[in-house]
Amino acid sequence: MSKKTFREALNEAIAQEMRRDENVILIGEDVAGGAGGKGDQDAWGGPMGVTKNLAPEFGRERIIDTPISESAIIGTAAGAALTGLRPIADLMFVDFLGVCFDQIFNQAAKFRYMFGGKAKTPMTIRTMYGGGVRAASQHSQSLYPIFTHIPGLKVVIPSNPYDAKGLFIQSIRDDNPVIFLEHKMLYDEVGEVPDELYTIPFGEANFTREGSDITLISMGKTVNLCNNVADEMKKENVSCTVLDLRTLSPLDEESILEAVEGTGRVVIVDESYPRCNIATDISALICDKGFSSLKAPIKMVTPPHTPVPFSPALEDLYLPSAEKIKKAIHSILV
Amino acid sequence: MQLNRIDLKKAFTGMSLIREFEDSVHVEFASGILPGFVHLYAGEESSAMGVCMNLNDQDTIASTHRGHGHCIAKGCDVKTMMKELFGKKDGICGGKGGSMHIADLTKGMLGANGIVGGGPPLVCGSALTFKTKKTGNVSVCFLGDGASNQGTTAESLNLASILKLPAIFVVEDNGYAEATSSEYSVGGNIVDRGKAYGLHAEKVDGNDFFAVYQATKEAVERAKKGDGPTLLHNKVNRIYGHYEGDALTYRLGEETDDIKKNKDPIKIFKKKVIESGLLNISELTDIENKVKNEIKEAIQEAKDAAYPTEKDLLTDVYVNY
Repeated sequence: MSKKTFREALNEAIAQEMRRDENVILIGEDVAGGAGGKGDQDAWGGPMGVTKNLAPEFGRERIIDTPISESAIIGTAAGAALTGLRPIADLMFVDFLGVCFDQIFNQAAKFRYMFGGKAKTPMTIRTMYGGGVRAASQHSQSLYPIFTHIPGLKVVIPSNPYDAKGLFIQSIRDDNPVIFLEHKMLYDEVGEVPDELYTIPFGEANFTREGSDITLISMGKTVNLCNNVADEMKKENVSCTVLDLRTLSPLDEESILEAVEGTGRVVIVDESYPRCNIATDISALICDKGFSSLKAPIKMVTPPHTPVPFSPALEDLYLPSAEKIKKAIHSILV
Repeated sequence: MQLNRIDLKKAFTGMSLIREFEDSVHVEFASGILPGFVHLYAGEESSAMGVCMNLNDQDTIASTHRGHGHCIAKGCDVKTMMKELFGKKDGICGGKGGSMHIADLTKGMLGANGIVGGGPPLVCGSALTFKTKKTGNVSVCFLGDGASNQGTTAESLNLASILKLPAIFVVEDNGYAEATSSEYSVGGNIVDRGKAYGLHAEKVDGNDFFAVYQATKEAVERAKKGDGPTLLHNKVNRIYGHYEGDALTYRLGEETDDIKKNKDPIKIFKKKVIESGLLNISELTDIENKVKNEIKEAIQEAKDAAYPTEKDLLTDVYVNY
């Protein structure tokens, strides 16, 4: 066990799993960087440096830099997964989903079902999501509900370095296509991470705070926001449960209903667009299966139904914040 | 040379304005004031100006994430562009788009683009409008060597060809798609790809304003005659990294030095016009000084300008909802 950043935890997960299983390869734009040039042949390690130092150890046969061709990258990973490799594909920004979605949702996600259960597609798509870095409308979205909507895909969204490593190793080993979402503001987050290989099973949400008055449900980066709010609410003698979903597909319905039963009041915090998102999905689940536990309306803290703005002044207003969560809490505590 | 002295001054003003804009943004970004992702066009000015000097305000262009140069060459206002980069309310897109999404439809500038390969299909659409309405205009797509490897580009070259659209695809090959060399990432060659789809395609010395100007002139004539689209493969160089903050470790220092010393399109332009006696040094210096002041003012005004407010957050999503 030692302190590692979210970035280091992911790098270690990939490296250790690649040492263990020679079928694991990594493919994407600048996953090493510098191909064909005269400079550093491990120049980037991805735009955030997550896959740095992998090319020197595993070689360019397994750490494959590609042209900017998202459809080909994702489709190659799907085809390779179908035929015996266990690829990790780097989609870089989740917004680039728009360039390659067919290969994900009509191809990879459906092989198993369409082929009558004969196929396995063990691939992991790594991708960055989220706002806060002033990257504007085409580089800041939180598109995970779109993946969650598609049967056949698993959707993983870690909130801290420990979960990042364990969930990533589980993603590689899973025999289904997995979308692994990394919030771009989390890479420098530090936490205790075991040095050895370990996995965290899918579909097991994590209670990061236990309380009796209110349940905050979230995923990815906004879990940390919820944890902070929960700690601050103690000053007001309000005791919060925080549930980190960890995976959106499969969804841990049991823990959600258990948390609701314990507090009767729920605020769901979700950075994705407010229509047909994870907050509305969970809200529907609670209304269907946990209605009798509710003491107040379910509140959802999300951005408004607009694209992500560029201007720092607007983006700060746009994103979920501690103030917005507290306001939601107060609105149902009365 | 068919360009007169007024045209040459316009070309030099445009290229100098782009360079000064980019050099200043480079400095401001390093100081930490500028938010977001910024990709600079410095070193490729001859391509944008050589192309856009052949276009009018009704002709359209689609640009890339490295779009400041295209915007300026197409006539976008540098002061509101700068305000946009600073995220201010009076920015050219109200502070909502930023560096990667500058657009001015009144100037025929259909937008910089955060998606590599986003532009080529849009240019097919704009060219289809011109063809359908018989306006006699052309639409130009700027794309990089990186975008040349996108499926959208292949599909657009084919569609433009079979519909004989008045479109021009200008591939600005600066040698690197992000950190990956085009020596590695481009299979075959870009001109052959254009030819394979039936386009007129040629390689152009993108550092030479006059070569770009002439090739584009012919492409525009071809498009207006109904002879279909053209692909120009402009070999250019970027002085800075892929984005501001890129340590450029994938490129040797001597390569950057060579670009600055021997391949700078502004130096090449100056040498040509001075040696041919078309413009003199003091005329060029006057332009450079004027441009410096203009950008200095643009930066100060951008810094002083107000940010958008909460009521701006929810507007512009739909025309009506």
